Amino acid sequence: MSHLAQTGTAGAPEDRFLAHHFPDMTAQSQTSKLGIWLFLGSEVLFFSGLFVAYGVYRANHYALFHYAHHFLDWRMGALNTVVLVGSSLSAAWSVRCAQLGDRRGLRITLLLTLLLAGMFLVVKYFEYSHKLHNGIAWGAACHPSEEILSTLPASVRALPVPKDLGTFFSIYYLMTGLHGIHVLVGMGLYVWLIRRATRGDFGPGYFVPVDSVALYWHLVDMIWIFLFPLLYLI
Amino acid sequence: MTEHASARPAHEPGTHVMSPGILVATAASLMVLTAITVTSSRIDLGPWNVVVALAIACTKATIVALFFMHLKYENRFLMVILIAAALFAALFVSFVVFDTVQYQPEIRAADQAVRKGS
Repeated sequence: MSHLAQTGTAGAPEDRFLAHHFPDMTAQSQTSKLGIWLFLGSEVLFFSGLFVAYGVYRANHYALFHYAHHFLDWRMGALNTVVLVGSSLSAAWSVRCAQLGDRRGLRITLLLTLLLAGMFLVVKYFEYSHKLHNGIAWGAACHPSEEILSTLPASVRALPVPKDLGTFFSIYYLMTGLHGIHVLVGMGLYVWLIRRATRGDFGPGYFVPVDSVALYWHLVDMIWIFLFPLLYLI
Repeated sequence: MTEHASARPAHEPGTHVMSPGILVATAASLMVLTAITVTSSRIDLGPWNVVVALAIACTKATIVALFFMHLKYENRFLMVILIAAALFAALFVSFVVFDTVQYQPEIRAADQAVRKGS
């Protein structure tokens, strides 16, 4: 198991992770950092297309958006916000553990991040299945059941169901769905990190993967910071 | 905060180890701002609800970027990448929304004319 023992005393133990086209670990880690930030910049632009769709439909159909948001349970959204902030804290802590060579702490924080990410998707699953069982699907397939209509506030229930209600939910499913796919990818990356951390790959001299995945994870959190108020609250 | 970094010279250069205090304070401020955004959305401010919600969301995103993503301690160029991306995303959204709002009365009028004619 111990790669450290195998490499012996010749050079720093982290040198086995140095790709041949980099002169040293510093050049490699600085390049990785630039690379991950360029990727995160492209992610912001990737999501901006969906924010445009949201903005255009909301600007033109304000009443529909105001009506539709009553179908979303803000408590579920707020719970998931708290879960994601917790996972971000754990992810940031894992970087600290790797930098300080605290291997036990690293494994615990990586596992905690993975568990909280899973919890986010479990809450999301309950939200999606509750909606789909009650006919709240996307586009023309959106026909809310009497059961779910009866849970709306009285003032909202008095209004006729807008015929374009599905438009809001198309946007809702696309935005939260794309975000959910990012959470799923993040979970895969955390499984990979946990495997490598258990093997003892990371330490003060080599923690770029832990840092890069954490940066990605914080961006996923950041996008939810915008999705939660825009979809659930206003 | 820096005592850890100096205690371990094996660190990659430019590494900044975040202190537990700052990490916990970052998470706590994000929780408080979440509570504020939920509370503010329950007060009817008309068109200002969106403005308040987005202002709080931008504040939260800035806190995440500066501390969780440790941009405060990084090469400024990385911050330029994020700000440029966010700026272009904001330009993209706002110009398209301005445009669609500006042409909406004409589209509605044309729509009604077509309906009357048929």
